[in-house]
Order: sequence, then C-alpha cells, then structure tokens
Amino acid sequence: MSSRLPSWKELPIGAVILEPGSSRRYKTPEWRTSRPVINQDKCIRCRICWSYCPEPAIIEADKPYVTSANKRYEISYLIDYDYCKGCGICAQECPVKAIEMVPEVR
Amino acid sequence: MSKVLTIRDLPREERFAPGHRMCQGCGAAILMRHITKAIPKDAIIVHATGCVEVTTTLYPETSWMHPWLHIAFENAAAGASGIEAALKVLKRKGQLPAEKEIKVVAIGGDGGTFDIGIQALSGMLEREHDILYVVYDNEAYMNTGIQRSGATPQWAWTTTTPVGRVWRGEWRPKKDIIGIALAHKVPYVATVNPAYLPDLYMKINKAMSIKGPKLIHAFSPCVPGWRYEPSITITLCKLAVQTGLWVNYEIENGVLNVTTPVPKRKPVREYLKLQGRFRHLTEEEVNAIQKYVDEQVAHINKLVGKEVIGPVET
Ligand SMILES: Cc1ncc(C[n+]2csc(CCOP(=O)(O)OP(=O)(O)O)c2C)c(N)n1
Ligand code: SF4
Ligand code: SF4
Ligand code: SF4
Ligand SMILES: [Mg+2]
Repeated sequence: MSSRLPSWKELPIGAVILEPGSSRRYKTPEWRTSRPVINQDKCIRCRICWSYCPEPAIIEADKPYVTSANKRYEISYLIDYDYCKGCGICAQECPVKAIEMVPEVR
Repeated sequence: MSKVLTIRDLPREERFAPGHRMCQGCGAAILMRHITKAIPKDAIIVHATGCVEVTTTLYPETSWMHPWLHIAFENAAAGASGIEAALKVLKRKGQLPAEKEIKVVAIGGDGGTFDIGIQALSGMLEREHDILYVVYDNEAYMNTGIQRSGATPQWAWTTTTPVGRVWRGEWRPKKDIIGIALAHKVPYVATVNPAYLPDLYMKINKAMSIKGPKLIHAFSPCVPGWRYEPSITITLCKLAVQTGLWVNYEIENGVLNVTTPVPKRKPVREYLKLQGRFRHLTEEEVNAIQKYVDEQVAHINKLVGKEVIGPVET
C-alpha cells in the first residue's frame, strides 16, 4: 500500500482496479498462531495439501529433492509463510502426516 | 478443455491471489481458487456482494485475475445477463470478432441467490442467457453476522434463529434451489464440494461447453458461522458426502447422474457433532435429521433407478 491515498482525480474512471491479483501486496503472517512445517523426507508429493489450501499458500515448486532413503523427487511443496494463515487444513489432510503444526513464537 | 480426472490434472497456475481476508480455513476460498483455475482465462466474472466479494476486493487491491465486476447483493444474475447481451451486440456491430467466445460466470452466496437474488436468477434462467451461475452455499448470511437464509438447514443455530426453550434454531427446511432451477428447464445443473476437486473441474468444464443457463450449487463450510475448528473444513466436506447429507450429482438435459456414489453411509451425527451450530441438538432432533437424510437418499436412489447411496453403516 502506498503511504498516501490517491485523490479521486487520480483514480481511473469508475475507480476500477487495473492490477490483477494485487492483494498479493497484503501479507497475512500475523494471522497465524501456529505454522505448518513440511517434512520433505516424509512427503510423498501427493499434491493434497496444495490442492486444499484456501489462500493459496503452498507452492508447487520445480525443486528437486533427494530423501535420506535416496529417493529423488523433481518437485517440492513449500509453504509461503507470507500468506499462510495457519488454518491447519494441510496438516489435517496430509495422508502420511508429513506436516506438523508448530506454535508460532514471535 | 480436456476432462480432468485426477488431482494430478489440476492446473498449477494460480488465478486467485493470496492476501485476501477470508477467514482461516474458509471453504469458499478453496472453491474460488479452483473455479478460477477451471474457467477460461478471459471469462468475465460477475460477483454478488457477500463474504467472498468483500474479502477479495479491499480497494485499491483485488485477488481476482479475471475481468471481474462487483454488483449489488441481489443482482449478479441480472448483471451477468446484461454482459452476455452486450457481448452479443458487440459482435453484431463488428466490435468483437464473431467467432470469439467469451464466457460469463456469475457467483453469489446463498443469501444473494436463494433469497434476494432469486428474481434476477429466475430471469436469467428464463431468458436462456449463456451463463454459468455458481452459488457458494455457506447456509447463512455470513458477511453481515450469521443471519439465517433460505439455505439454512433445519435445526441450525444462527443469530436470527437462536436456541432456547421455544426455538431450537432454524425451524424451516432448506429451500430446494436445484428444483427451482429445474422448473425453468435449464440444460445443466450440478452440485460440487471442495473436497472432491476433480469432480468440480469436470462439472465446470462441462457447464462451459453447454450453451444456455447453467446452475452449480457448491457446498461451502464457514468456520465462524458453523462454529468449528478451521483445520476440519475438508473433513466436514467429506463427511457431508459420506453421510448422504450432501450428494454430488449433475442433471444434464433431465438425466440425473450421481458422481460420487456412497456404498455405505456414515450416521449424520458424525457430521453434526463437529459443529457448534448443532451443539444444542437432542437425541430426538438428531434422529429427525437422520430421517430427513434417509428420505432424501431414498428419493435420489429412486430417481437414479438403483442404489447409488447405500444404507447407514452400523
Ligand atoms: C440490498 C442489500 N441488502 C443488504 C445488504 C447487506 N449485505 C451484504 S452481504 C449480505 C449477506 C450475504 O449473504 P450471502 O449471499 O449468503 O453471502 P455470504 O456473506 O454468506 O458469503 C448482506 C445482508 C446489501 N449489501 N444489499
Ligand atoms: S495452514 Fe492453512 S493456510 Fe497455511 S499452508 Fe496449510 S492449508 Fe494453507
Ligand atoms: S499432503 Fe503431505 S504427502 Fe502430500 S504433498 Fe502435502 S506434505 Fe506431501
Ligand atoms: S465468515 Fe465464513 S464464508 Fe465468510 S470468509 Fe469467514 S469462513 Fe469464509
Ligand atoms: Mg451465505
């Protein structure tokens, strides 16, 4: 958000919003009381947490990962803590319990 | 668009931006995220006032990436009808290429659809506009503080159907919005549920391919309105289907198809007991809801002509 609000003369006609998806500028980390932490070793890349996140705050990244058992994955699921509100749906729905909700300490 | 069959087929690209102010765990947010992925990128969305609208468009920012029009509480279907008509005129005047297909999608809450928007919706269906109307049903007016709507289920607590010695929450049964749409002889209606995403994409894709007015009724849990822990939104979505309370189906040109068969049902108590809005219910009242679900299931099985939803597992 800009520090000064625009005057009505500076707004586009009809006060339309010209930038799609601009709510990204508004971050919601302080909404959380606990944060999800994904155990990349345990995660089986099933996509379930990603598909149910309401924000969305789980990124499906083309980031390879090799587990301690030497299994290679081409993708990783990463939490975007700028937007995660800590609802816990991802941890609740993960079929292998690879997500832990950890109390947020600030 | 090709038919989406599994969770692997869902598009990765997000078309609904974070930073919106919907509550933690909001069911409607999950719906919007996937509706925007499923519809064409140049579709025009017309949105009624309600929770989703106010929490996604805090001026001067928006979570939407489609052309998106905010309209009043009662007239999403009327606004969408006007846009669809305007697109036709632009084509006739040569200002848009005649072959260009731009889809129009109207979205409204249950209050904005079952109640105050019903006249606009009826007009849209009657005039046979080529529009997909999606109602996200959180079963009350959530944006203004949990007042009952025509979609509030019987026995549910809301701020205007309180619980005491005389009142036991809502006393009227939920309005049959799909029945109302079908009375207009629409070519396609369907129900969707955020826990069953491939089914949701299949139905939106199909609706997009059918000309004329379409209605999709979406199950939409609300954390503060239904009074539950935000982490169980999807659990509740699944339980609604597993108990037979919510049935995923579509009706294409009059033919009913149940898209999520349930061979063995769970008792409806499993769904009710997780929600504060049903906390006051006595044994008899829970049994009354079970009876209501049993009757609904029997009716659907009869329409399909075979047992698609099974008996309650004991
Ligand atoms: C004509 C009119 N009356 C009342 C309101 C106030 N109002 C805004 S949203 C809303 C309730 C919306 O309920 P619903 O459509 O179910 O959407 P939800 O907020 O539950 O998502 C009301 C009463 C309004 N905006 N316009
Ligand atoms: S806790 Fe909720 S908001 Fe955060 S990543 Fe998980 S599902 Fe998304
Ligand atoms: S739900 Fe669990 S296993 Fe599946 S992708 Fe997410 S963290 Fe990995
Ligand atoms: S009040 Fe309910 S519907 Fe509205 S944003 Fe919150 S959870 Fe979603
Ligand atoms: Mg509502």
